[in-house]
Amino acid sequence: MRLIMNRLFIIFSTLAAVVGLFFLGWILYTLCAKGLAGLSLQVFTHDLIDGGLRNVIVGQLIMSGVATIIGIPVGMMAGIYLQEYGGNSKLTEFIRDLSDVMMSAPSIVVGTFVYAIIVIPTGHTSGWAGVLALFILMVPIIVRTTDDMLKLVPIELREAGMAIGASKYHVTMNIVIRYAREGIMTGILLAFARVVGETAPLLYTSGSSEFWSTDLTSTFPSLTVSIYNLATMPDEEMVQLGWTGAFLLTAMVLIINLIGRYANNKQRR
Amino acid sequence: MELIFKKLAQISASLLFVILAATTIVLYLSAKPAIQEFGAGFLFESRWGVEETKNVSEVVPNQELVVDGEDADDFMEDEDDFIDDEDFVTDDDTESETNDSEIIYGALVPIIGTIFSTLIAMLFSIPIAMGIAVFLSEIASATLAKPISIAIELLASIPSIIYGMWGLFYFGPFIADIFGGNTVSLLVAGLVLGVMVIPFMAALSRDAIGTVPDMLKESAYAMGATKLEVIKDVVFPYAKSGIIGSIILSFGRALGETMAVAFVIGGVYQFVGKVTDPTNSIPVVLANSFAESSGLSLSVLFYLALVLFVMSFMVIVVAKHYLLRRK
Repeated sequence: MRLIMNRLFIIFSTLAAVVGLFFLGWILYTLCAKGLAGLSLQVFTHDLIDGGLRNVIVGQLIMSGVATIIGIPVGMMAGIYLQEYGGNSKLTEFIRDLSDVMMSAPSIVVGTFVYAIIVIPTGHTSGWAGVLALFILMVPIIVRTTDDMLKLVPIELREAGMAIGASKYHVTMNIVIRYAREGIMTGILLAFARVVGETAPLLYTSGSSEFWSTDLTSTFPSLTVSIYNLATMPDEEMVQLGWTGAFLLTAMVLIINLIGRYANNKQRR
Repeated sequence: MELIFKKLAQISASLLFVILAATTIVLYLSAKPAIQEFGAGFLFESRWGVEETKNVSEVVPNQELVVDGEDADDFMEDEDDFIDDEDFVTDDDTESETNDSEIIYGALVPIIGTIFSTLIAMLFSIPIAMGIAVFLSEIASATLAKPISIAIELLASIPSIIYGMWGLFYFGPFIADIFGGNTVSLLVAGLVLGVMVIPFMAALSRDAIGTVPDMLKESAYAMGATKLEVIKDVVFPYAKSGIIGSIILSFGRALGETMAVAFVIGGVYQFVGKVTDPTNSIPVVLANSFAESSGLSLSVLFYLALVLFVMSFMVIVVAKHYLLRRK
C-alpha cells in the first residue's frame, strides 16, 4: 500500500510537471509560430503608422532606459544606506518592509498614481509620466538587489579598509561596491528586463503614439501598449503585427535574462 | 564628500517612504469625492454607472404621465416622435439631477471578479506548481532538473501581456470548447492567471524545498521511508513557511495583475451565474475606463485603485509574516 501510494505520488507530480511545462511550451510555440510569421525587415525600418514597429520599440527602450538611468543611483544609494549606514535599527527594517510593499504593489496602481500627479495637471499623457511610473516600479527592485549583494561582502574587507584610515565613503565606493559590482549589475539587468515588459502602468501615463518621437514631454510610443491596442483590433494584419511585437518583446526580455544569468554564473566561479 | 555621500544615501532611502506615502495620499485625495459620495457602501454596491433617482419630486411623475399619454396616443408614430421622446428624457435627466438624482457606482462586481479569478488561479496553479517543485528537487535527475529549472525561471520573466494575448486567441477558445460558454470569461481569466503564476510559484517553492538539509531526508530514507513519506513528513513541514510564502506572493501577483486578465475577462459589469460568464476585475476596470473618465467617475476609479492597493498591501503583510517566521 505504501509503495502504491508512493508510485501514485511520483506519477502525479511528474504529471503536474508535464502539464505545467505543456502550457508554457504551448505559449512559447504560439509566440514563435505567430511572431515569426510576421517578422520582416519592414518591422524594424518603418514606424507603426506605416505598418512597422520601429518607433514603438525605440520608444519602449528609451522610457525603460531613462527610468533605469535615474533608478540606478537612487536605488543603489538607498541599498547602500540600508547596509552601510542603517545598521540593524528599526528604521532600516521599516524601509526594507516599505521597499517590499512597493515591489508587490500592483503596477496598475502605480499608473493611477502617476496619472494623478502628472497627467491630470499637465492635461496630456507624456513620456516622462511613463518614465516615472517605470522608475517607481524599478527602484525597489534595485534597492533589494543592492541590499542583498552588499550583505554578501565580508565585514573583514570593510574593517581592513577602515584600519588603513579610509573614510566610510571610500570604503563603500572602492571596496564594498567593487566587490559586489557584478551581482548588482546582474540585478539591474534583471530589473530592466522586468520593466521593459510592463504594460499596465504605461496605458494612460505614456499612452502610445503611431509616430516617431524622442520628445519625452509629449505622448510617447510604447511597444507594450501598442501590442495591447493592436491585439484588440478587428483587422487581421494589425493583430499579426501585435504578435510580431509580442514575439520581439519576449525575445528581448529572455535574452536580457540569459545575459544576466550568464554573468551571474561567471561571477560565482 | 563623506557627509554629502551619507546625506544622499539617506535621501534615497527616505525617497522610498516618500513615494509610498505620496501614493497613498494622492490616491486617497483623488478618491475623496467618491468616498464622500458613496462611503463604505461602495464596496457592497453591485450597480455601476446606473442612474438612480432619490426623493422623487412631484414634477417627475407628472412628466412620466405625459410621456405615457403621448406614447399611448401616437403609438405608431415614426422617428419624429421618437426624437421628441428622447428630448423629453434628456430634459428629465437634467431636471432630475438637480432633484437629487445620481449615478450609482459600486465596486462589488469587480471586487468579486478579482477575488474569484485569483482563487481559480490558485486552485489551478498550486497543485501544478507544487508538482513541478517536488519533481525538480526530489524526483528528476540532476541532468533533467537543471535545464527545466532554468526554463521555469525564464518563463517567470515573460511579460504578462503575452499570457493575455495567448489566452485571448488560443486558450479562451480551447476552454470554451471544453466547458462551453464564452471565450472570455471568469474561468478563462482565472486559468490564464494560474498559468502565469505557475513558473513564479514553482521557482519560489523549489527554492524553499532546497533549504531542507539533505541529512534530514537521508535519515528518513535510511529508516525505510518512501519518497512520498519523506516529502509529506519531512520536506513539507520543514519548508512549510517558505512554500506558504510563495503561494501568498503568487496570490498577490495574481490579484493585481492587469494585462493577463484584461484580454480574457470580458470587462462586463455583471455577476457571474456560471464561471463561464464574462465579468470584470478591479485592474481591468482601471485599465479600460481610466482615459475616458473625468469628475466623479474618475474619482470612483481612484477609489477602486485605493481598494486594490489596500488589498495587495494586506497580502504582502501576511506574506512577510510567513517569510519572517522562517528566518
